[in-house]
Amino acid sequence: MSEPAIGVSGARVHLGQQLVLDEVSVVVARGEVIALLGANGSGKSTLVRAALGLVPTTSGSVTLLGTPLGQFRAWERIGYVPQRVSATGGVPATVGEVVGSGRLTGRTWWRRTSPDDRAQIQHAMDAVGLGDLAGRSVNDLSGGQQQRVLIARALVRQPQVLFLDEPTAGVDRASQDAFAEALRQLVHRGTTVVLVLHELGVLGDLVQRSVVLRAGRVVHDGAPPPARPMHAGPDHDHVHPHAFDRRSSRELLP
Amino acid sequence: MILEVLGLPFMQRALVAAVLVGLAAPAVGTYLVQRRLALMGDGIGHVALTGVALGFLLGTAPVLTAVVVATLGAVAMELIRGRGRLGGDVALAMLFYGGIAGGVLLIGLSDTGSSSSLLAYLFGSLTTVAPGDLWVISGLAVVVLGTTIGLRRALFALCQDEEFARVAGLPVRWLNILVAVTAALTVTVAMRVVGLLLVSALMVMPVATAQQFCRSFAGTLWLALGLGVAVSVLGVFGSYSLDVAPGATIVVLAIGAFVVASAVSSLRGRVPSVWGQRPVVAGGLPDDETDDDVAVRR
Repeated sequence: MSEPAIGVSGARVHLGQQLVLDEVSVVVARGEVIALLGANGSGKSTLVRAALGLVPTTSGSVTLLGTPLGQFRAWERIGYVPQRVSATGGVPATVGEVVGSGRLTGRTWWRRTSPDDRAQIQHAMDAVGLGDLAGRSVNDLSGGQQQRVLIARALVRQPQVLFLDEPTAGVDRASQDAFAEALRQLVHRGTTVVLVLHELGVLGDLVQRSVVLRAGRVVHDGAPPPARPMHAGPDHDHVHPHAFDRRSSRELLP
Repeated sequence: MILEVLGLPFMQRALVAAVLVGLAAPAVGTYLVQRRLALMGDGIGHVALTGVALGFLLGTAPVLTAVVVATLGAVAMELIRGRGRLGGDVALAMLFYGGIAGGVLLIGLSDTGSSSSLLAYLFGSLTTVAPGDLWVISGLAVVVLGTTIGLRRALFALCQDEEFARVAGLPVRWLNILVAVTAALTVTVAMRVVGLLLVSALMVMPVATAQQFCRSFAGTLWLALGLGVAVSVLGVFGSYSLDVAPGATIVVLAIGAFVVASAVSSLRGRVPSVWGQRPVVAGGLPDDETDDDVAVRR
């Protein structure tokens, strides 16, 4: 267990001609909860995508659970919640179906749904507070509920390492609280968690370490920045000059 | 009249083919619609025309050459789509036009084929389903249905979210090619009955109709299969009694079913979700909706 959960060393990533990650090195120990913070375009999502092999690195190396990415096959131990506006496809699908798709792995993708699968699917939906919406079409859910569906789809694998890309962006407060509670239980069980966040918000007390990126480089790696009580505290009534825009003020709520 | 029609051997073959086509086309179409590639079947149909003409030129069965050329074309399209963004659009367009132009060119060069024989492949023809074709069609339909129904969990996961499927460890590249090949086989299965230019409609319309009434993917898939068989069989009868190309009657019926379904579902208060992806949440911003709002609406 001494090998780190994630080891990114000297990673450079180009998207087209542009250098998006420049010599980024981040090591995440097993059971650690880290937040990747930074402005839009700082490269935090790209770092997650590079660690998962979704974008190629031009130099540097990545290991997952001690195995170089190119040889890594134990994807059933990895959970991923992509940054997504919507969980819908071109054809309706129920919450249970989308969450159930998370049970498939490289070793079991051709199998039928087993009773164990069904139990885990129900468990994952319960964990994010969607247990009684299993038969509902994902198209009929709110944005926050759809995000919770995607989180349940990652949880249903019972991953050892969980990557979440902006899981609370655009999510209503009820969904954020349900999600924070689910995450707390996972962390308690020793799951390694990598959170891409805009700001710590409700997840602040879970995060053990934060890595701040700016223009593709790590500019801070250590203790999470202290919560700004004026802004991110739970009792803060977030009123801005643009508060007439209901949507953005909701999104900015901690 | 129906008994009399059923006694005709060519109509028996056409009806068997119609049932197989009615099942196979929506089975593949459901996945294409899910990943918003509804027009892919159309493109493969264009490319398959070159295959048909090649069969005439070489003096072999057009079905077999169509299978080969359509499969190659579908795999090429998938590779272009997977490779990336820039230029892919134009490359696909070229493949489409090249398919039609190649077909017309090759049929002109062959001694046996003529423009009128090409017409039967473009819009379907009741009399062209030869006994030998029926075996090919049946074999291909079994492969298509075995794949699309047998592997539906994996194909659902792939078409719902390709990146997630990749991180989940699914063999995404192979599954993508499998979908493309299955679509190509379906086009060839369907070309005798609906024709290459209209096959895409039979892939897409039953799915669009079924999703007016279904909340689940599985439900949409099964209902689309049922609708596909219904419009195909009725269309073949209609084609016989009106003496027009079966592709036309089948597709007109499929569109009619969709229009009726849309009317019924909007009368029931559900806005047809094909017209947009934000159907049901009426009033207020979706992100603002809480569980309480949902509970009230239920």
